[in-house]
Amino acid sequence: MFVFTSKMKLLAGSLTLVGLVFLLIGFNTDYSNHAADGHGGEHAAAAHADEAHAVEAPAHEAPADEPHATEVVPEGVDVQEAHATEAAAEEAHGEEAHVDEAHAAEVAAEGAHAEEAHAAEAHDAHAAPAHGEDGHGATHDLSANRPWAAFLVNSIFFLGIGIGALFFLAIQYAAQVGWSAGLIRVFEAVAMFVGIPLLGILFLAVTGSMHLHHLWHWMAEGIMDPASANYDPIIAGKEAYLNAPFFIARTVAYLVIWAGAAYLLRRNSLKEDGLPKGQNMFFTQRKLAATFIVLYAVTSSTSAWDWVMSIDTHWFSTLFGWYTFAGMFVTAMTVLNLLVMYLRLNNHLPWINANHQHDLGKFMFAFSVFWTYLWFSQYMLIWYSNIPEEVTYYLPRFKGEYKPLFVMMVAMNFIFPILVLMSRDAKRIFGFIGLAAVFVLAGHWMDHYIMIMPGAVGYDYGFGFAELGGILFYAGLFLWVTLSQLAKAPLKLANHPMLTESEHFHQ
Amino acid sequence: MAHTTEPTPVVRALYHDDDVLISAVKEIRAAGYKISEVYTPFPVHGLDKAMGLKETRIAMAAFMYGVLGLTVAVTLTWFMMISDWPQNIGGKPNLNWGMNMPAFVPILFELTVFFAAHLMVWTYLIINGLYPGADAQNPDPRTTDDYFMVELPAADGLVDVLKKSGAVEIAEA
Repeated sequence: MFVFTSKMKLLAGSLTLVGLVFLLIGFNTDYSNHAADGHGGEHAAAAHADEAHAVEAPAHEAPADEPHATEVVPEGVDVQEAHATEAAAEEAHGEEAHVDEAHAAEVAAEGAHAEEAHAAEAHDAHAAPAHGEDGHGATHDLSANRPWAAFLVNSIFFLGIGIGALFFLAIQYAAQVGWSAGLIRVFEAVAMFVGIPLLGILFLAVTGSMHLHHLWHWMAEGIMDPASANYDPIIAGKEAYLNAPFFIARTVAYLVIWAGAAYLLRRNSLKEDGLPKGQNMFFTQRKLAATFIVLYAVTSSTSAWDWVMSIDTHWFSTLFGWYTFAGMFVTAMTVLNLLVMYLRLNNHLPWINANHQHDLGKFMFAFSVFWTYLWFSQYMLIWYSNIPEEVTYYLPRFKGEYKPLFVMMVAMNFIFPILVLMSRDAKRIFGFIGLAAVFVLAGHWMDHYIMIMPGAVGYDYGFGFAELGGILFYAGLFLWVTLSQLAKAPLKLANHPMLTESEHFHQ
Repeated sequence: MAHTTEPTPVVRALYHDDDVLISAVKEIRAAGYKISEVYTPFPVHGLDKAMGLKETRIAMAAFMYGVLGLTVAVTLTWFMMISDWPQNIGGKPNLNWGMNMPAFVPILFELTVFFAAHLMVWTYLIINGLYPGADAQNPDPRTTDDYFMVELPAADGLVDVLKKSGAVEIAEA
């Protein structure tokens, strides 16, 4: 029987408290200094600038298509010139200029004449008064979103641990898995954490609808109102889905379904311990797990659209739900690996051997590759087609200031796990699992950071009290919930029908 | 695997169950006899460990083949798309390889997998002497259906051990 020692309680409690203090400091910090030197509203401007192009398309395309293509040839030849024009534009248009420059750089690098035509077009769109510099005055300064955005990054990251473990637990029942039966209590303990980050996200959704922050750009005041200076016809077109009451209702629905499934699976599993031997709860659990998986298939995608994709409100990607899910699942598998490793090292799981650890390691390895596959599928199609309404997403991330982080994140999430964990023996050695785990966890935290930050705060990003505080706060709560759940019941189920199979698991 | 040398007679014991087979293999080895080969109708998990076989090096070979495939793919895409016949496709002129790398990733991936998988299969077939027209090495066709056979050199007291381990049929050849 696992004991939640007072030492661990102290650790978990102090992590939570220190995190809370850091969060308070983070929320009371003024992040606007960076904005003063002209970087403030780039992102909002970016989104609007390119959409301006899309919206104004009828007006622009007719003249743009042919005359521009010819006009632009000299620019394509001379890269410097392209820059010079854009630089001039920067002075003229202040806020939008950075994006222009990024775009121009991209175009220049590719040296494509057709792209030049587009750049010129986009440039024209900026010149058009559709979204003048003062159009979104209030929303342009995104630095105020910083602590909220940091909290969302941490909420999503830690949510991934809980929901990934819950999904994995549900698979074990739905597929009647044998090898993992001895680990079910560990999966349950981690899955029970799922409700806490969901409450954090609900808090963000409610404060957002109260206009305390505009993390989700579509929540900005007047953005759906044709009479307002803030009016954005594209976002207004999405009002049926993206409106505060429905958004909060969906978040509550995810909370109910996910945390409810975790609670029910756990409750039945504990109840089974007291029943006579047999399959009393096995098929109940199986039906419950299958139902949850069906619901999760839908809610995993919609929740990713709601919480993460709607930050870049104009942009959309059909792959986004799966991409987010893959990142969350591999995070969860990594945490499960670490937790099982910790429990084995302390002799709490004598019925679990290196073969079980090997299989958990395989999941971690396989889903790192799966995540890379989805990440690249999304990136390559957008890169290749180079359509303005799609590439806006990758401009700040791959051409702007986020590039070093972005490249490093991909390396950490793909190259490190694949090289460290490829060999069979590495998945059985604690040192290698631990090494890969550090890279995967840090890499996926950065992945969520890069998903959220460019849209939510533009270039006012950083790593300060708000980010660190969120990590410590959730890490403390995670330890508290998981370890106390582990201590609540024996780590070995009493009556699970697959237990014998799990004990004799070998490869 | 290979042909058994003529002078030493071999004993072949048949089993009817894979679990019995594994425990039998353990018993026989514990009694000090050397098993030369086991024939099974399907891969039996844990049999290689029970027999005390050396760990396969095919994984290392597969990695090498994968690296070879990746190298071939990089050379191929570079030569075709950059060096020999550069074209401007979709506004992305092929000026250098790095710039166009994302477009080549599917090729890099496929050729890596192709080389690793194919060369691994060929390596396996060559090492085991499995080629078209090769003599069948299976001494009893029942081991392709529902019987498991342990083959080992004849020795004193062997038959008793085999009988005790659950063999359903023992023959000397």
